[in-house]
Amino acid sequence: MSLLDVRDLSVVFQRRGERPFTAVDKVSFTVEPGQTVGLVGESGCGKSVTSLAIMGLLPRRGNKVTGEVLFDGADLLKLRPDDMRDRRGRDIGMIFQDPLSSLNPVIPIGIQVAEVLERHRGMDHKAALKEAKELLDAVGIPDPMRRLKEYPHQISGGMRQRALIAIALACKPRLLIADEPTTALDVTIQAQILTLLKQLVDETGTALIMITHDLGVVAGLCDTVNVLYGGKVVERARRHELFGHARHPYTHGLLNSVPRLDSPRGERLHAIPGSVADNIPWAEGCAFAPRCPNVVDACLEGPPPLEPTATGGDLRCNNPVSEEVAVP
Amino acid sequence: MSERSIGLLGERKKARLEELARASADKGGVSLVRDAARRLRRNPVAIVGAIIVGLFVLVAAFAPLIAPHDPVQRFDELTRNLTVDNIPGASSEFPLGSDPLGRDFLSRLIYGSRQTLFVGVLATLIGLAFGVVFGALAGAFGGWIDVILMRLTDVMLALPSLLLAITLVAMASKSSQWTVIFAVAIVNVPIFARLLRGSMLAQRESDHVLAARALGVKERNIVLRHMLPNSLTAVIVQATLTFAVAILDAAALSFLGLGDPDINRAEWGLMLGVDGQRYFEVRPELAYYPALAIIVVALGFTLLGEAMREAIDPKNRR
Amino acid sequence: MLRVIVRRLLQLVVTLIALSALIFIWLRNLPGGPVDALLGERATPETRALLTKALGYDQPILVQYGKFMQRILTGDFGNSIRTGDPVTEVIGRAFPATVELALAAMIIAVGLGVPLGYLAARWRGRFLDNLTIAGTLLGISIPIFFLGYLLKDVFTQNIHWFPPSGRVSTGIDNTNVTGFFVLDGLLTREFDAAADALWHLLLPAITLATIPLAVIVRITRASVLDVLNEDYVRTAEAKGLRHRTIRGRHILRNALLPVVTAIGLQTGALLSGAVLTEKVYNWGGLGTLITDSISGSRDYPVLQALILLAALVFVVVNLLVDLSYAFIDPRVRVR
Repeated sequence: MSLLDVRDLSVVFQRRGERPFTAVDKVSFTVEPGQTVGLVGESGCGKSVTSLAIMGLLPRRGNKVTGEVLFDGADLLKLRPDDMRDRRGRDIGMIFQDPLSSLNPVIPIGIQVAEVLERHRGMDHKAALKEAKELLDAVGIPDPMRRLKEYPHQISGGMRQRALIAIALACKPRLLIADEPTTALDVTIQAQILTLLKQLVDETGTALIMITHDLGVVAGLCDTVNVLYGGKVVERARRHELFGHARHPYTHGLLNSVPRLDSPRGERLHAIPGSVADNIPWAEGCAFAPRCPNVVDACLEGPPPLEPTATGGDLRCNNPVSEEVAVP
Repeated sequence: MSERSIGLLGERKKARLEELARASADKGGVSLVRDAARRLRRNPVAIVGAIIVGLFVLVAAFAPLIAPHDPVQRFDELTRNLTVDNIPGASSEFPLGSDPLGRDFLSRLIYGSRQTLFVGVLATLIGLAFGVVFGALAGAFGGWIDVILMRLTDVMLALPSLLLAITLVAMASKSSQWTVIFAVAIVNVPIFARLLRGSMLAQRESDHVLAARALGVKERNIVLRHMLPNSLTAVIVQATLTFAVAILDAAALSFLGLGDPDINRAEWGLMLGVDGQRYFEVRPELAYYPALAIIVVALGFTLLGEAMREAIDPKNRR
Repeated sequence: MLRVIVRRLLQLVVTLIALSALIFIWLRNLPGGPVDALLGERATPETRALLTKALGYDQPILVQYGKFMQRILTGDFGNSIRTGDPVTEVIGRAFPATVELALAAMIIAVGLGVPLGYLAARWRGRFLDNLTIAGTLLGISIPIFFLGYLLKDVFTQNIHWFPPSGRVSTGIDNTNVTGFFVLDGLLTREFDAAADALWHLLLPAITLATIPLAVIVRITRASVLDVLNEDYVRTAEAKGLRHRTIRGRHILRNALLPVVTAIGLQTGALLSGAVLTEKVYNWGGLGTLITDSISGSRDYPVLQALILLAALVFVVVNLLVDLSYAFIDPRVRVR
């Protein structure tokens, strides 16, 4: 049985007096124990909303979540709020994009780590603080004893993200969701944080959902990659399949727009034309059609279905990039 | 949008694609002011506030047509039985009865809107004018002008608002309508000055001002064309809210015996603060009606001001 | 931190000196001059000349200002024109009454305002929120002296829950220790006196609390709404913390920072409101003193002292509030 089985998850934002907006549209994917799964796409593709829906962290009002999120076979969407609260932080941990704003500015780091231990592992305050020190040490924060008493604004961005990772992993959850964990960091720090995550995931056997717009992150970390566009999965493949033979024109475009050191001098970077604002509704056809170089008539006659590929992945495209054409 | 639709697509589909893309792209690009105005029109709070303010101004404008009687005339029918303990109540001729001097209470209430509007508007405008000049000078020039002007506002802000107004009235040799207006106005000068200065300082560092400066636009034009107009929206909102405070302060001064001494003047604050207080035990209506009028009008201006503030707040833009 | 304190203290001193200078100029330029103001218009030229010399008004203006400041700094504000008593004594008698009233009002405003503001934010857009907002709007739109009369009419005339005015009932023999009647009653174990004083205090305190209450509710609500959108609240939820912990440690602790500033600024509303409230309930504090010193012939020695005292209290309270930030908010501490 999969650790996490997301089936037909949809999130519709409905504000009074406005047209409903489908942020996540029947997304399905699975995460096996210990596996690292990527959710990739541009901002606005629904990847963060998906993760918040899994965590039960979407605002109580103004949205409708449907589908199933099976964790160990139990549907998280059907849990009572208090039962979900018991699971968050214990079974599923989460780290967010901006480490500065994600830490409480007026509370010392130590307490912010310790409180999750007190909550889920029944430790008293003293024991929790002692364990917090060990955790800070484990995520590579130097002089953890001193850091316990310091406030978020007193430590560096990289250290803040390390502290957040310590918080998320404090109760040894079986699943960790990382929502763009390196985007707000300096490039040099990004690599350190990714290495740390990889090391911790390998050591603890925690499954990881990596949410990112950065294919470089995916390349180093993920076993399976789900590419999202306009709230739907458009391509799913194992890492090597994806990088070797991307089939969807969107994935292809994403790969081509990554700058490469080994590309010939003077060669232009291939950006995907347009932006997500150019989407058309899925009901009308393929949302990517306005930006797609391979668009055909069928693309405007309704949404293409998600179909299995020969290599064991899935693809939602009427006119995929031919397999012979490898990434330049 | 054009070059990317490659020849694989039929002509009809191409047109459909263009159409769909245009429909979905036509979301942004609304100007700040128009966007705020649109949100204001949709906000029921703003509409209620605007209706109250509108009615108030209409009543003030057409008071002579609406009022059944002359507001200063003492009527024999009313004065005949008038004593300190007996103020004639409602009759068909005088729908709200008499005031303590035998004048038609309803007519005085209706005419009262004029004086109240007059006091409120003048007090607000005078405060606004001085405040804007102070704030603009401090914000535009900075340096020692800024330091002196801000220390001056410090001194004014060192006294809580009503106490400052009381002090100012006490400074005048005789109280009159104008001492009230000026006292209430001056209380608001430092508030406007601080607001405008803060907003202008924030803009000094903003990208569009830096860009204008980099392009070599004259400093005077930067201040007049770029910084002032953008800061004024906040000031206008504050002015709307100030009007409510102004009529409440004027009423408080009347209540303390520091108001306009002219017994012929019909003004809600005066009516409430003087007669309403003195005859509360005998005829509480003398307090209720002007109080109700003040509350409703103050509420109207507050609602409108709050809704405006909410509308121009960039946090609410989407 | 120390530098900030020193700078703020210097600013405070400059402000108060400027204010005293303004008051000096004002008193010097009274219609008919300060001598007439003291003696009235019917005084003979001889007495006038005598007093002018006695008060030092024949000396150069800077010397006069120096003497004026010297007297203020030594706490010598002269005698009240109205009663002839020393001004410090007159003010000393009225001071505790106003402080007691203002403190009670502040306790009501904060004790009620913060929970109401929090609940309104939590239930944003629902019935409770709309009701609370409507209430605060009414609270800031109603002339508070009118509200005072209204409450007095309902609770003392129609239903006799509260006494109509004053600070104690006749027949209650309270021992004066501190001048705070409720506290005095408790200190001297005269509990009937304490209860009586509290009973008198409640209605005026509610009246005076109206505006600060409305403001504190609004600021708490806005601040809680801001904090609810903060990423660290989402982190706290992602940790699965108990609702209680999130509310106290993560939401309220951050949300109350702006409220603390508001409380300082509301001291001003309390001082202003006290003037009106005390007149309604015949309270006999500083507010009553101001009204009495202005109506009729103006009691300038008392007035000038009251104005300086009000400014001093207001400015010092706000300074203390700003300084207290250093203890609440670690981000301020390092600067």
